Amino acid sequence: MTARLRLWGGFAVAAVLLFVVAPGALSDFRLNLLAKFLCLAMVAVGIGLAWGRGGMLTLGQGVFFGLGGYLMAMHLKLADAGPGGVPDFMLLYGDGTVPGWWEPFRDPVVTVVAILVVPTGLAALLGLAVFKRRVRGAYFAILSQALAAAFAILLIGQQKVTGGTNGLNGFKSFFGFTLADPLNKRMLYFIAAGVLLAMVAATRLLMRSRYGELLVAVRDQENRVRFLGYDPAGVKVVAYATAACFAAIGGALFTPIVGIISPADVGVVASIAFLVGVAIGGRATLLGPVLGAVAVSWAETSLSEQFPSFWTYFQGALFIGVVAFLPNGLATLGQVWRRRRAGPGIREDESGQPDDGTPRSAPEASLPADAPADALPGRTA
Amino acid sequence: MTDDVTTPASVLGEGSLDPQALETVIAAPPSRFRHDYLEVRDLRVVFDGFVAVDGVDLTVTQGDLRFLIGPNGAGKTTIVDAITGLAPATGSVRFGGVELVGRASHKVARAGVGRTFQTASVFDELSVLQNLDIAAGAGRGAWSLLRRRRTVPETVDAALETVGLTHLRDVPAGVLAHGQKQWLEIGMLLVQDARLLLLDEPVAGMSQAEREETGQLLQRIGEQRTVVVVEHDMEFLRSFASSVTVLHQGRVLSEGTVAQVQADPRVVEVYLGRSAGARGSAAGETGGE
Repeated sequence: MTARLRLWGGFAVAAVLLFVVAPGALSDFRLNLLAKFLCLAMVAVGIGLAWGRGGMLTLGQGVFFGLGGYLMAMHLKLADAGPGGVPDFMLLYGDGTVPGWWEPFRDPVVTVVAILVVPTGLAALLGLAVFKRRVRGAYFAILSQALAAAFAILLIGQQKVTGGTNGLNGFKSFFGFTLADPLNKRMLYFIAAGVLLAMVAATRLLMRSRYGELLVAVRDQENRVRFLGYDPAGVKVVAYATAACFAAIGGALFTPIVGIISPADVGVVASIAFLVGVAIGGRATLLGPVLGAVAVSWAETSLSEQFPSFWTYFQGALFIGVVAFLPNGLATLGQVWRRRRAGPGIREDESGQPDDGTPRSAPEASLPADAPADALPGRTA
Repeated sequence: MTDDVTTPASVLGEGSLDPQALETVIAAPPSRFRHDYLEVRDLRVVFDGFVAVDGVDLTVTQGDLRFLIGPNGAGKTTIVDAITGLAPATGSVRFGGVELVGRASHKVARAGVGRTFQTASVFDELSVLQNLDIAAGAGRGAWSLLRRRRTVPETVDAALETVGLTHLRDVPAGVLAHGQKQWLEIGMLLVQDARLLLLDEPVAGMSQAEREETGQLLQRIGEQRTVVVVEHDMEFLRSFASSVTVLHQGRVLSEGTVAQVQADPRVVEVYLGRSAGARGSAAGETGGE
């Protein structure tokens, strides 16, 4: 049961780091930044599931992130509105009336339910339409990317009800808590940290379930799964909708933590940025996407502070380096290194699938002699 | 975990089929299979004006081990594709009284039809056990899918025995030898509870001993289920086929026992005439239809 021990140990370490070390060591400003990165990491967990395990290159997660963020922002604006109940930007750009479809979001419960249901439901419908028609690979990626572009354009065009390019900002309170109070900012950080941990735990359960195995099977041999009597579309939709749900929750927490949600946070560039951290961290592993997303965002912020125009080059170089030498991400660095060290012909005591976080007991040690050599990465025996 | 096998020789030595265990996998009331037979009527498949299958009639009853042979482009694999919903077809394909033409592939599979592909298509990253468990689970509900596998289903255990992979059950399927992958595929069909098995070149790339074992296993399966094999290997066909359908240019050219078909002058002319004498020359062909 060492695997179980490692699992609980890992969660304990993560919890201590997030709930004790980080709040103790970081200033309020840095802690708020970390909270923002945790929100981005929530999107990354979902992408890891949909892309890493399910093979769906989701280039448009900004849509679901944005839906969650805007739904939350609408509620915050309505709650902050002064006498008359009309948000400030509507008085500025519009005719001073609140459109009917905004009204339900005065209610905090409706807002929370909508954040959980609307993006997930949209992803499920979209997924059914797309996967039933067997749209996949690059076509799916382009489609989701186009969706993100369209969503951003729509937001910009409807300035009277969405705030346009400026987005929605200037929130004063979060469900009754004043956002100017550092203590409440701290509370938001703890909420984000707790939600992220819960998402990672849920993803781990999903990965290890029979569904998780089936998802990998669909990724690698979709037709074979079909001839076993499953509808691959259904399998993919579950992963896609889960990823959308995670992204929406990330967006909903991002809004009060950062204080603004705008088309720049949900468009094409933002959607690709979500992916970079996942790819660098290791898309098919459990923790790779989380650590990758946090690390890349952290590096972006601190390097931009030091060298304002240098970050883009560094990001590009890192991306190229990882894709060229560690195609499965930095999370697989340990496995690659162990394999190198073991050298050809030497029995390895610990090895797993290159992009599988699950420990296995030395499957490569019992290889048949005539197994194709190319099936064994890094071994020449 | 049974990964204490370190020497390759011992792995290969153990890699033999166990027909006894087969009984556990396919144990079912005999009455259930009594009326199963495959009935293909006037099957046509047209790709962009090219007629790949042109009005094929085919009847395969349970207990038959039917081989489909024919030169390249004869339409063998296309017929299998059409039956399983992969290629657009007109006409009628009935199995166990259920019309299959026009059904989605996964619904054809649920009607009891299983198939393999020319290239072994197992899930490389998943273990042998996981491969079989997925094959056994098409009927599982959402709740059991969302949980971990606690116990190995009985049929999966028996299938592991049948195809001789018990000692490799926790090994990723991607590292199996070619022949072992083919056996794993047959095991997957068994746990899938396919009552009609469509096998596309199941012994391609196997050693002579492996062919023998596979052929005997298929005969045993064929006693209780309906089996159709697309094959190029004439030696294998002569040893194990109980009946043969020869296809040529999308049509049925001849049908009967091996002896009847071999005696048919038309068959000799288009197909066997070129390859029946020299063993192995037919196996060099790749069924690229």
